Amino acid sequence: MTLCINGADYPMPNDPRTTLLDHMREKLNLTGTKKGCDHGQCGACTVLVDGKRVLSCLQLAQTVRGDVTTIEGLSKNDTLHPMQAAFLEHDAYQCGFCTPGQIMSAVACVSEGHAGSDAEIADWMSGNLCRCAAYPQIRAAIASVAQAEAEG
Amino acid sequence: MTVAKPLPHDAAHLHVTGQARYVDDIPTPAHCLHLVFGLSDIAHGIITEIDLDPVRQAPGVLAVLTADDLPFDNDVSPSAHDEPLLSKGEIFYLGQPIFLVIAESYLAARKAARLGEITYDERPAILTIDDAMAANSRFEDGPRIYAKGDVERAISEAPHQVRGSIEVGGQEHFYLEGQAAVALPQEGGDMIVHSSTQHPTEIQHKVAEAIGQPMHSVRVEVRRMGGGFGGKESQGNALAVACAVAARATGRPCKMRYDRDDDMMVTGKRHDLRINYHVGFDDEGRIAGVDFTHLMRCGWAQDLSLPVADRAMLHADNAYHLPTARVTSHRLKTHTQSATAFRGFGGPQGMVGIERVLDHIAHFLGRDGLEVRRRNFYASGGSISRTIKPHTTHYGMEVTDFILHEMVEALEVSSDYHARRAAVAEWNARNPLLKKGIALTPVKFGISFTLTHLNQAGALVHVYQDGSIHLNHGGTEMGQGLFQKVAQVAADRFGVPLAAVKITATDTGKVPNTSATAASSGSDLNGMAVKIACDEIRDRMARCLAELHQADPAKVVFRDGHVEVGADRLSFAEAAALTYQNRVSLSATGFYKTPKLQWDRIKGYGRPFFYFAYGAAVTEVVIDTLTGENRILRADILHDCGASLNPALDIGQIEGGYVQGAGWLTTEELVWDDKGRLRTHAPSTYKIPACSDRPDIFNVALWDGQNREETIYRSKAVGEPPFMLGISAFLALSDAVAACGADYPALDAPATAERILAAVNRVHA
Ligand code: FES
Ligand code: FES
Repeated sequence: MTLCINGADYPMPNDPRTTLLDHMREKLNLTGTKKGCDHGQCGACTVLVDGKRVLSCLQLAQTVRGDVTTIEGLSKNDTLHPMQAAFLEHDAYQCGFCTPGQIMSAVACVSEGHAGSDAEIADWMSGNLCRCAAYPQIRAAIASVAQAEAEG
Repeated sequence: MTVAKPLPHDAAHLHVTGQARYVDDIPTPAHCLHLVFGLSDIAHGIITEIDLDPVRQAPGVLAVLTADDLPFDNDVSPSAHDEPLLSKGEIFYLGQPIFLVIAESYLAARKAARLGEITYDERPAILTIDDAMAANSRFEDGPRIYAKGDVERAISEAPHQVRGSIEVGGQEHFYLEGQAAVALPQEGGDMIVHSSTQHPTEIQHKVAEAIGQPMHSVRVEVRRMGGGFGGKESQGNALAVACAVAARATGRPCKMRYDRDDDMMVTGKRHDLRINYHVGFDDEGRIAGVDFTHLMRCGWAQDLSLPVADRAMLHADNAYHLPTARVTSHRLKTHTQSATAFRGFGGPQGMVGIERVLDHIAHFLGRDGLEVRRRNFYASGGSISRTIKPHTTHYGMEVTDFILHEMVEALEVSSDYHARRAAVAEWNARNPLLKKGIALTPVKFGISFTLTHLNQAGALVHVYQDGSIHLNHGGTEMGQGLFQKVAQVAADRFGVPLAAVKITATDTGKVPNTSATAASSGSDLNGMAVKIACDEIRDRMARCLAELHQADPAKVVFRDGHVEVGADRLSFAEAAALTYQNRVSLSATGFYKTPKLQWDRIKGYGRPFFYFAYGAAVTEVVIDTLTGENRILRADILHDCGASLNPALDIGQIEGGYVQGAGWLTTEELVWDDKGRLRTHAPSTYKIPACSDRPDIFNVALWDGQNREETIYRSKAVGEPPFMLGISAFLALSDAVAACGADYPALDAPATAERILAAVNRVHA
C-alpha cells in the first residue's frame, strides 16, 4: 500500500500507530505541515484528503484513503494557488507557523461554500488557531478568494 | 524610500508555500537523537528513591541522565543561578524536570519518560498568594517600594476615598510553535545550536557553562520563531542546554521539542497577581493620592521576576498624573512554574490596577469613566513651556511627550463615543437580560529595558562586489516583522531596492553579546545599529568614488539603485565593484546604545525609559445576564507608532496585541488544583481567542505623528504597547455588569462567563 501525497506515491509507515503528520514530517521530508498541539485542537496540521479538511495529527497514516494535498502541493509549477496569493497579498500572518494549516483550511472553507460572509468565514475557520491573531487579514484573504470565485 | 511602506513580511513567499523553516523543520543529520524530560508529579518534596532502570530498558533508549550525570554547571536560570536543569533532589513544582531520556526516536523517548519510578517525601506546598505571604516566602528581602509624596495624608485629606482589590490571572503564551532546540556537536568540543529563542546570546552563555567551554566554542543560530511573546526569552534555555549536554555525551546530534502538554506544564507564564488599592480623590474624580500593593506570584525560581515586577510598578500610573503615590511590590515565591516574561513584561499588570481604580472612582461618583480619566491625564507635551512644567511620574521621570489628550479626542470623535454611550444606556434601560457596556482606556507604555545596560545592539553589514547586501543584527524574528523593518532601513540607506538586501539568521558568531529581542526594543535598537553600519560603508564608498571622480564626497547621492557622483551615474553594483577594486572595505559593524537613560531600581528613581508609546481603545460588549456569556461588539483603536516604519506590520501588531490582551482578561484562565497541578495544560481547557471571537466591528488607525526623540526614522516601538489596549474590553464588561444593579461590580480577571455571572448576581443582590 502506498500513500498518495501531492500526486506522488510514498511508502506507508510500518507502525500502524504513526500519524499522517509524523510520517510526513519525520520520514517524507514534508515539513510544511506544522504540529501545534498534536491533539486535534489547533488546526496547524490541516491537510486535504480528497479535498476535505483533515487534521493530520489525528489521522493514522495507514488509514488514509484518498489523495492527500499539503501546503507543498498547492502551487502548480511555481504558480501560487489563489489562496496562497491572497494570504501573501493580505499579509495574513505574523510568525507564519499557523499559515500552512490556515491556507489548507481556507481552501476547503471556500470549496465547501462556507465563505459567504465574514461571519460565516469566522465560524468555519474557528478550528484554526492563530496566536498572533492575524485573524482580520486571514478573513480578508479568504473573502477575496471567495469573491473572485463567485464572480467567476 | 523603502521605509514607511506597507511591505509584507520578509519571508512572505516562504510562509505561504510551507518552505519557511522553524527549528523542528531543519533537516537533521542521520543518527539524530531525541530528548524528553521525566517530570515530577508533586509540587514540593524531596526525592527519596529514584529507579530509572525501566526507563533505560525501554526500547530505543540510549541513555538516561540525572543531575549526577551532568559534567559541569547544572543551571538554566537567566538571573539568579537558582534553576537546575535537572532536580538536585528537591522538587519545587509539579512538572519540574528530574531526568533526561535520550532515545532513537521522539516516540521512544516520550514513552520511556513515563516509566521512571520516583518516591518522594512530600512537603507542604506554597501555592497561593496567601500561602506565600503567611510563610513570608519571597524573592528579595522584603517588598520593593516606590513612593512619591505623603500618600497617606493626601488620601485621608481628600474628600472621597475608595478601597478595593482585584485578582488578575496569569497567561499561557501558547506560541503556536512549541519550545524546540537542536544541538550539533562539532570538532574539538564545539557546539552549534539551533534554538527557538528570543535570546541567542543567553542560550550561548548557558550552553557554554553546561558543557564547560568558553562562549567562543558555542554558536547559536535563530532564523525565526513560530511566536515568542516573551515565552522564549528564558524558557528555551533548558532545551538547548539538554541538547548540548546530550550531544556532548553521545557525540550525536540531539533534538528536543516539548510536546504541548509538557510545554504548558514545564514553562513559566505571565505573572498573576492581586492588587490592593486605596485612593483619595475630589468631587470631580481628580486623584490626590493612591496606594497600591502588588502581590505577585513568581513561582519557584527567580527567572525575570524582579524586572517584571519593577515594570508593573512603573506602569501603576499608566496615563495619569498622581500627585502622591506609593506602590509596594511583593515578589512571592511559590511551588508553581516560574512565571516569566510575557508581552508587556509586568506593564499590563500595573496598568490594570490604575484603570480599575479610575473605573471604581467613576462608578462611585456616578460620572463617565472617560471624563474622570481625562481629568487625571498628564499635562500635554505640547502645552509644556518655560512657565508650564511637565508632570513627573511616581518614579521621578518627567513626562514631556504626552499626546493622549489629542489622541483621545480624535478617538472620541471617530468612534462616536458619546452617542454610543447614550445608546448603550438606552439599550440597558429597555433590555432586562442582555446588557451592554462600553469603555475607553488609554495606554502609555515606557520604552527601554529597565536594566539599562541591555539597551545596546550590534549589526554586521557586508556589501559584495556585485552590489548585493548581506545584513545581520542581534534581533530575532518571531513574527513581529523586525527583519523586514530592518531590511527596509538598510535598503533606504543605500538607495537600493529591498531585493538587494539579504536578511540572514541571527547568529552569535556574527553579532556578539546581544540583548534579548524583548521590551519592544527590536527595531529601535537593531534598526539604529544597522543604520550606523550602513552609513559607515556608504561614507567609505562615497569618499572613494568622490576621489576617483574628483567630486565632493558630501554630494555623492545613493538612490534608485544608483550612485550619483558629480555628473556621473553608476549602478550600485558598479559602485561597489569600483570601491572594492580600490581596496576599500565594504564590511562594517554598527553599534548603538540608547541615550539619556539613568535609573536606580532600588530607589525607584530616574529615567528608565527613552520615551513613551501611546494608544487608546474603545470597546463595546454585550453580556447575557443569565449565563455570563459575552461578546465584543465593536473595538476602535487609535495607536501611536511615531512615524511608522511599516504601517501594515504595525497594524498587524496592534490588532494582534489587542486580541491577545483581551484574551488575557476574558477567556484565558489558568487553573491549578490544590496539589499544585496545572489543570489547564492544553488548548482543550485553555481558551485563546479564535477566529470567531473577533469584534464584529474592528477599526484600527495609526496616529499621525513623529517620535520626539531621535529614534530610527522617528518611529516608535510597537510590539508590546497595543497589548494593553485589551484592558478596554475588560472594563466594558465591568460597565455592562454595573448596569445590572447599584453596587460596584469589582470584577476579577479573567472575566470568564462564570465570573461575570457571579458579578451580575452580586450587584443584583
Ligand atoms: S497539531 Fe493537529 S490540530 Fe494541532
Ligand atoms: S501567524 Fe503566528 S500563529 Fe498565526
